[in-house]
Amino acid sequence: MRTGCLFRPAHLQPTSPALRFLRACVSPWLGAAMMEGLDDGPDFLSEEDRGLRAINVDLQSDAALQVDISDALSERDKVKFTVHTKSSLPNFKQNEFSVVRQHEEFIWLHDSFVENEDYAGYIIPPAPPRPDFDASREKLQKLGEGEGSMTKEEFTKMKQELEAEYLAIFKKTVAMHEVFLCRVAAHPILRKDLNFHVFLEYNQDLSVRGKNKKEKLEDFFKNMVKSADGVIVSGVKDVDDFFEHERTFLLEYHNRVKDASAKSDRMTRSHKSAADDYNRIGSSLYALGTQDSTDICKFFLKVSELFDKTRKIEARVSADEDLKLSDLLKYYLRESQAAKDLLYRRSRSLVDYENANKALDKARAKNKDVLQAETSQQVCCQKFEKISESAKQELIDFKTRRVAAFRKNLVELAELELKHAKGNLQLLQSCLAVLNGDT
Amino acid sequence: MAPRIESKSMSAPVIFDRSRDEIEEEANGDVFDIEIGVSDPEKVGDGMNAYMAYRVTTKTSLSMFNKNEFSVKRRFSDFLGLHSKLATKYLHVGYIVPPAPEKSIVGMTKVKVGKEDSSSTEFVEKRRAALERYLQRTVKHPTLLQDPDLRQFLESSELPRAVNTQALSGAGILRMVNKAADAVNKMTIKMNESDAWFEEKQQQFENLDQQLRKLHASVEALVCHRKELSANTAAFAKSAAMLGNSEDHTALSRALSQLAEVEEKIDQLHQEQAFADFYVFSELLSDYIRLIAAVKGVFDHRMKCWQKWDDAQITLQKKREAEAKMMLANKPDKIQQAKNEIREWEAKVQQGERDFEQISKTIRKEVGRFEKERVKDFKTVIIKYLESLVQTQQQLIKYWEAFLPEAKAIA
Repeated sequence: MRTGCLFRPAHLQPTSPALRFLRACVSPWLGAAMMEGLDDGPDFLSEEDRGLRAINVDLQSDAALQVDISDALSERDKVKFTVHTKSSLPNFKQNEFSVVRQHEEFIWLHDSFVENEDYAGYIIPPAPPRPDFDASREKLQKLGEGEGSMTKEEFTKMKQELEAEYLAIFKKTVAMHEVFLCRVAAHPILRKDLNFHVFLEYNQDLSVRGKNKKEKLEDFFKNMVKSADGVIVSGVKDVDDFFEHERTFLLEYHNRVKDASAKSDRMTRSHKSAADDYNRIGSSLYALGTQDSTDICKFFLKVSELFDKTRKIEARVSADEDLKLSDLLKYYLRESQAAKDLLYRRSRSLVDYENANKALDKARAKNKDVLQAETSQQVCCQKFEKISESAKQELIDFKTRRVAAFRKNLVELAELELKHAKGNLQLLQSCLAVLNGDT
Repeated sequence: MAPRIESKSMSAPVIFDRSRDEIEEEANGDVFDIEIGVSDPEKVGDGMNAYMAYRVTTKTSLSMFNKNEFSVKRRFSDFLGLHSKLATKYLHVGYIVPPAPEKSIVGMTKVKVGKEDSSSTEFVEKRRAALERYLQRTVKHPTLLQDPDLRQFLESSELPRAVNTQALSGAGILRMVNKAADAVNKMTIKMNESDAWFEEKQQQFENLDQQLRKLHASVEALVCHRKELSANTAAFAKSAAMLGNSEDHTALSRALSQLAEVEEKIDQLHQEQAFADFYVFSELLSDYIRLIAAVKGVFDHRMKCWQKWDDAQITLQKKREAEAKMMLANKPDKIQQAKNEIREWEAKVQQGERDFEQISKTIRKEVGRFEKERVKDFKTVIIKYLESLVQTQQQLIKYWEAFLPEAKAIA
C-alpha cells in the first residue's frame, strides 16, 4: 500500500534505519527463514514520518542549530540513537557531526535541566518515555515458536502484522526522543546549555551510570516532598490574576488530559483487536473457499480477499488514531505536568521571598544581621521576579504550541479517517459489484 | 445493547426475501410462495410459570391453506414440539429436518423473573429471530411443507401443549443424533460402501463443519471486540467533552466538544455494526453448524439402514443353513418351519434393500437441495452483511466531513 509522499526527509531512505534495525535485531530470535519477505512489508515510511515528528509544531529549524535523530538501532535490551547536529554556532568544533546516545543519556540531560536553578522559570521539555519493546518482542518470539502449528499463509500474515507493530513502536520511540531534542534546540535559553552541547558533541559514552539504590530512594523522597509541598503551596492564592488563572486551569486540564489519554489508548487498542479479527475471518473464508465443492468457493475467495484488504485499512485507522490522538494527548499530559512543575517552582520561590521578608522584618525589629537579611531578601525578590517574568512567557508559548499542535493533529486525524473510510467504502462497493454480478 | 429493531436496515433479517423470478426458477417448477414472520414477543403469566408468546404470521398464496394471511400465538415449547414430530417422521428416512433453536435455561429464567434489562431484551430478540429463521427453513422444504403437523402449527388457534420437550429440544435431538453416530462409529463392521458419492459427501460435510466452526468463532470474537470498541469510544467521547470544557482557548474548546460529539455518533455506529455482525453473519453460521449436524445425522441413519439390511441378509443365510441341516436330519415339521422363516427373511431382505435404496435416493436429493440452499443463503447473507459495512463507512464519511471544517477553524 504505497501512498504518494510529497517530501521525504533526506536521511530516511528505503534502506532506512527502520529496516536496517529489523534486519539486525529481529533475526537472532526469528531465524533466517523469517527474514524473507522483510522488504515486502507495507511501506509505512512515507506517511508516518511526516506525522510522527509533528507532535510539536513551529519548531523553528533555523540554521543556527538543527538537531535530529538520523539513525537508530534496536538491540536486545537497549536502543542506540544516532543524534545528528548541524550548526553554524561557534560553540562547536565542527559544523556537522553525529554521536550515539542511549535513552539514559537523554534522561540525564533532562534531569540536569530540572535541577538547574537558572532554568527554574522555564517549562522544561518533558523527557521521552523509555523505549519498551518487551510486549512486541514476546509476541514475535511466540510466533517463532508456534510456526509449526499454523498454515503458511497464516504465519506470513501474522509475521507481517507483528513486524509492522514492532516497527511502529520503534519509530514512535525515535520520534519521541527527537521531539525532546528539537524542543531543547528551539528554546532560546536551553539551546545554549553546556550539558546540551556536551550531549550533542562529545563522542564518547557519557558514562551516565544508572542510579544506584540510595539515589533512587532519595529521588523518591524528593518527589514525595515536592507533591506535599505542592499541596501546601497551591493553597496560597496568587496576587497575580494571570498566574491564578493558569494554576486553576493547569490543574484541571492536566487531570482531564490524563483521563482522555487513557481512554483514547483503550479505544485505539479495541480498534486494533477488531482489525485483527478481520484477519482471522479472512483466513477462515479463504479456507472455506479453497475447500468448497460448490460454486460458492469463488464467492468465498473474493470475500476473503476483501477482508484481508479491509483489515489493512482498519489497522491503519487504529495506527493513525494512535498517532494523532493518543500520542498527542500523551505528549500534552507530559507537557502540562512540566508546566505545573514550573508553577510549583514559582510558588516555592514566592514562599522563599515571603519568608525572606518576614526574616527581614524580624531582623529590623531586633536590629541584628539586618544587612544579611536585606541581601537575602533582595536575592529572593529578584529570583521570584525573574521566574515570574519568564514563566509568564513560557505559559503563553505553551498555549500557542498546544493550540497549534491540536489543530494540526485534529485536522490530520479527520483527513486520515476520511481517507480510510473512503478507501474502505470503495473496496466494499467494488467487491459487492463483483459479487452481485456473479449471483 | 438494545437491538435497534426500529432501524429499517438493521432488523434481524428475513433472509428469504425473493424476487418473482427467483421463485419461478425453483427446481421442479414448484412455486414456494409462503412467508413466515415471528414477532411481538409477549410475556404471559408471572414468576417461574411465565412464558413468552410469539406471534407467528403466515402470508401465502398456496391453495393448501384456508386463508392468504393468518396468524397464531405460539410459545417456544410449541416450536420444539413441532420439530420433534417432524424429526420423528422424517429424519430416519433421509430428510434433512432443520433443527429448532436451542433451549436456554439461564436466558429464559431472567425473562421469567422479570429482569427488564438489555440482556433479556437481547435474549428475546435473538430467540425471536432464530424462531423465524427456523420456520422459514422448514416451510421451504417441499416435503415438510406438506406435513399436516406443520400446517396445524401454522394455522390452528389452539395447539395441544407439547410434552417432554426437555428430551425433544433441539439439543435433545442433536444428542440423539450424536449418540446414533457414536454407535455407528463403534461398529466393527465397516459398511460396504458401493457408492463413493456418499463417502465423498460425508468428508466434505466434515470439513465444512470444521471450517464453519472456526469462522463462527472469529466472527463471535469480532462481535465482542466491536462491543468493546463501542464502549471505549463512548468513554472517550465523554472524556473529550470534559477536556473541551477545561480548555481555555475558545476555538480549540469548541473543536474538542465537536470531536466528542463525533465520537459519540461513531459509538452508535459501532453498536449498530455489532448488531449486524451478530444477527446477520454470526447467527447464519451457527444455524449452519446445527444444520450440518442434522445432515450428518441423516447419513448415519443411512448407515443404520444398511446395517439392518446387512443383518437381514446374514440372518437369511443362517436360516438357509438351518434349513439345509433340517433336510439332512430329515425332520419334516422343522423343515416347514425353516422354509417359513426363510420366506419371512427373504421379504425382510428385500424390504431392507428397498429401504436402503430409498434412503440413499432421498439423501442424494436432499443434499442437492441443501447445497443449493446453502449457496443461496450464504450469498444473500454475506452480501447483506457487506452492505451493512458499506452503510457504516458512508456514515463515518459523513461524520468526519462535518468535523473537518471545525478542526480547521481552530485559530
